[in-house]
Amino acid sequence: MSSLRSTVAVIRKDVQSELRTRYALNALLMFVVTAVATILFALRSDQPTSTVLAGMYWVVVFFTAMSSLSRIFVSEEERGTTMTLQLVASPAVVYFGKLVFNTLLTLSMTVAVTILYTLVFSTFFVIQTVSIFVITVLLGSLGFASAATIIAAIVAKANTRGTLYPVLSFPILIVLLITVMNATAKALDGEALSAALGDFQVLTGYFLAMTAGSYLLFDYVWKD
Amino acid sequence: MEDRNLAMNQMSLAVAHVSKQFDRRWVFREISFSLSGGESIAITGKNGSGKSTLVKILCGVLSATTGNVRLSLGGKELTGGQVRHHIGLVSPYLQLYDEFSGAENLDLLSRIRAGGDTHVPRTEEVLKLVGLWERRRDYVRTYSSGMKQRLKYAFALLHRPFALLLDEPTSNLDAEGISIVKGVIEEQKRSGILIVATNNDDEASWCSQRVHLGG
Repeated sequence: MSSLRSTVAVIRKDVQSELRTRYALNALLMFVVTAVATILFALRSDQPTSTVLAGMYWVVVFFTAMSSLSRIFVSEEERGTTMTLQLVASPAVVYFGKLVFNTLLTLSMTVAVTILYTLVFSTFFVIQTVSIFVITVLLGSLGFASAATIIAAIVAKANTRGTLYPVLSFPILIVLLITVMNATAKALDGEALSAALGDFQVLTGYFLAMTAGSYLLFDYVWKD
Repeated sequence: MEDRNLAMNQMSLAVAHVSKQFDRRWVFREISFSLSGGESIAITGKNGSGKSTLVKILCGVLSATTGNVRLSLGGKELTGGQVRHHIGLVSPYLQLYDEFSGAENLDLLSRIRAGGDTHVPRTEEVLKLVGLWERRRDYVRTYSSGMKQRLKYAFALLHRPFALLLDEPTSNLDAEGISIVKGVIEEQKRSGILIVATNNDDEASWCSQRVHLGG
């Protein structure tokens, strides 16, 4: 129970810190707007297929995540507060606190991208099966956050942070990206919920495996 | 207070054959000493001899390449999580959050360490002790380097640590700040464990024992 309260305190600190500094939020919003505007200009009046739409949706989410999710550890490292956290919290408390914060950030990002897509591409971005889309976004965000958190912790210790983060993330996230794109295309095509159950199993398995692996690895990454 | 003094007297720190290697270079080798409640030690040595590295190892934020550090209470060794509640650190490497006020920093970090206990009265006590009570609502980014050093003392003393580790204890402090530090040290030496890492002979003389790094 004490660890849970400490984890909540870490999340609270990060949320308050983010609201004051806007380290990740500004990068996130600017990237979403820029990427969606670029896609809008590129498409003009063309009618993309649901597979292309789903791909473009998650490409925006992927690159937005790359520009903002690493901040959770990089900002601690750059400000020299890593040791302060090490002195007051166990690695598990820090990891799960950061994971929840990154999940909240990823969910905010997917909500922002969805709203922008719905407004800008109102004629062809129509979600036919809402349940598939909502579950995909939830599970996809959990998977994204889980992978992004441990990669951010590793990258924060490196000198070449900016380039290393997407390079390390892409091979780790490729399975997740393919699955969420498939499931989103099914939601846009209006397929039944049962058609996406396999995708949901992959996404759940990905999240659980990534979180368990990260939990075991984090102690070594965080301490030295 | 008597219970605390009794507990502190049962406290001990044993450093056995600790060595640290970065890449292929040994920073120091085979450092051993032990301390119990009421004892103090100064870690001295020239720049780059590994004083700060040894302090980080003693705090548990850095692993030793060889050897081990044991903090015990009443003969029972404390684990990583328990050690966190009994160690206080002031160091140039330690930074607090610029976007929060002094009081917010202490409250947030106290909540993380204690898992929900707020310790509001203790926050007031330590901020008054270091002379920052009047500036408690100001963001840390507006503090001078000396005020930040004082806030580090408030952070280190917030949970009444049994072992207090001071790396360059008086850096950036004015005469009043140094006087506060001396008071803190005298209080700590009465029953707790004090470790000071310094190049300054005056500061080293505050401690009853000395370990010199770098030959």
